[in-house]
Amino acid sequence: MPHNLPAPLRLLIVDDEAPARRRLREVLEDCGRELPLKIVGEADNGVDALEQVQREQPDAVLLDIRMPGMDGIEVAQHMQKLARTPAVIFTTAYDNYACQAFEVNAVDYLMKPVRAERLAAALAKARHLNLAVLDALREAHPKSRTHLSLSEKGRLRLVPVDEILYFKAELKYVTLKTAEREFLLEESLVRLEAEFGERFLRVHRNCLVARDKIDQIGKTPGSEEGHYVRLRGLDEQLPVSRRQYSQLRELLRD
Amino acid sequence: MKQQSKNHNNPPGVLPNFCHLGTSLRAIIAVEAGALFAAFACAADIPDALTLFAERSVLIQPTLLLSMLLLCLAGGPIRKLPYPLGMSVLFVAATVVPSLVAFLFQRFLPGLPVPGVLPSGAFSAALAGLLLLYYHLRSKALSPAVTEARLQALQARIRPHFLFNSLNAVLSLVRSDPRRAERALEDLSELFRALMRENRELTTLQNEVELTRAYLELEQLRLGDRLAVAWHIDKMPRDALIPPLILQPLVENAIYHGIEPSREAGEVSLNIYRSGDAVHIVIRNPYAETGSHHAGNKLALANIRERLALHFDLDATLKSQPMGAVYQVHITLPYTRATQPARPAAPAYRG
Repeated sequence: MPHNLPAPLRLLIVDDEAPARRRLREVLEDCGRELPLKIVGEADNGVDALEQVQREQPDAVLLDIRMPGMDGIEVAQHMQKLARTPAVIFTTAYDNYACQAFEVNAVDYLMKPVRAERLAAALAKARHLNLAVLDALREAHPKSRTHLSLSEKGRLRLVPVDEILYFKAELKYVTLKTAEREFLLEESLVRLEAEFGERFLRVHRNCLVARDKIDQIGKTPGSEEGHYVRLRGLDEQLPVSRRQYSQLRELLRD
Repeated sequence: MKQQSKNHNNPPGVLPNFCHLGTSLRAIIAVEAGALFAAFACAADIPDALTLFAERSVLIQPTLLLSMLLLCLAGGPIRKLPYPLGMSVLFVAATVVPSLVAFLFQRFLPGLPVPGVLPSGAFSAALAGLLLLYYHLRSKALSPAVTEARLQALQARIRPHFLFNSLNAVLSLVRSDPRRAERALEDLSELFRALMRENRELTTLQNEVELTRAYLELEQLRLGDRLAVAWHIDKMPRDALIPPLILQPLVENAIYHGIEPSREAGEVSLNIYRSGDAVHIVIRNPYAETGSHHAGNKLALANIRERLALHFDLDATLKSQPMGAVYQVHITLPYTRATQPARPAAPAYRG
């Protein structure tokens, strides 16, 4: 842990419920008598939490798991892309499966209501997580991410999943396209399809498109076999393989 | 205590009540199925059988309805008889009424293609016997011991998630707003008293509503502005009887699935009214298609549906469906009034 006694431990509190944040603040005040610490911010949602993590660079984050939109595990996943990743202590009111996963992976977690002694102990040994551990936690808490993240000039860039038009696999990378621009991802198409299969449909060996953005499909003019799909908010036509075409047609019929 | 339990189903040794929809439906289905079999047994080919079935139904339907009307009207006195005698009376009535109808037809309208007294009587006796046997076995299967065990197993349980979050919210108030903390603890104890009670007897709608209000106070504490609640209960029959813990779990569900997963504020609306002999409870919450835990929702609804069935058989229904951006649960149950003042909710709700 990057703290020496004189420098206080810098903390960020993340919880969607105001009473829960107030309670943590009070308990932290109690701990503060023994352990020098400073609360550098509070966030009531995941996106804001990531913003504050980058701005305030806290040493540790107290992170609620169950939050609307981006949950705590997803926040921790995105934080792994930062140059300086804070330590994470998860908080949860009740979650059998997650707690088992925490035990197995030696992750720090606190059960709400939180006791001052437990909190102090967790702060004293707060750990940094890694992606493998987070993947294991995600298994105990299956939910697809609400955002994809990439690092741009040292800053974390979040792309909301519902703005994505398509993913396209190219040689080494996957290109992600929104109405405004495109990004390069270091994730495999297979993995993306497994996670977002409900929202994205494979139209070609190398392409997943957002189901709710499909506008029209048709035969490519001047070709015998070729088919295409058009997406709302996109000028280009994407090729559809013959195998996927019939599936796509049925989807549009519904 | 026992009289309070307005259980529409049959404790052992109690005769079926022909005034209930479920009983009538079962009888109609059984008799029509019997008539269809009989028609196929007598006829040469399929069209012939269907004609025969249609012809017979013209006689059978009014006769059956007449029989059930008589049994419903005479139900009170018949159900006071000792069980074996009562069953015998039902059997005799179900055999004699159709025979009598057939006899009257033969006597006064001899031209019609109506079966004779003997086949009518035999057919009715066979079906009445089968139906009564069914009710005998059914009332054994639904004996108080079995029904109560089932009700106990189905007893609504509060989500641990809610308990611990509420305790956490109360703790957050202890230092800053002790009075509000006190009130929250009172709400919490009221809720748990209701949950731990042996909830097998019916309670009044008024009690259910008060319990649900206590629950909502706690949720409001946690969720603040994210939760808005709209009550439409001006036309609610306060004295209507309802199985306990039907309303609160439904509202809990509405919050868990409709409010908590969303960052936007949302409204849960409760609409309770009476229309004729039926009480309607309509609960709506915001609905987002991408919600992740629909399985849990189905489970909770199945639980409530089964408890309604154990109390009211087919006379109560629960329908749930998404309607655009709103998810709606609509319960209909027969309006029965508390004959004596039901058990008070918590004494003096909030001073």
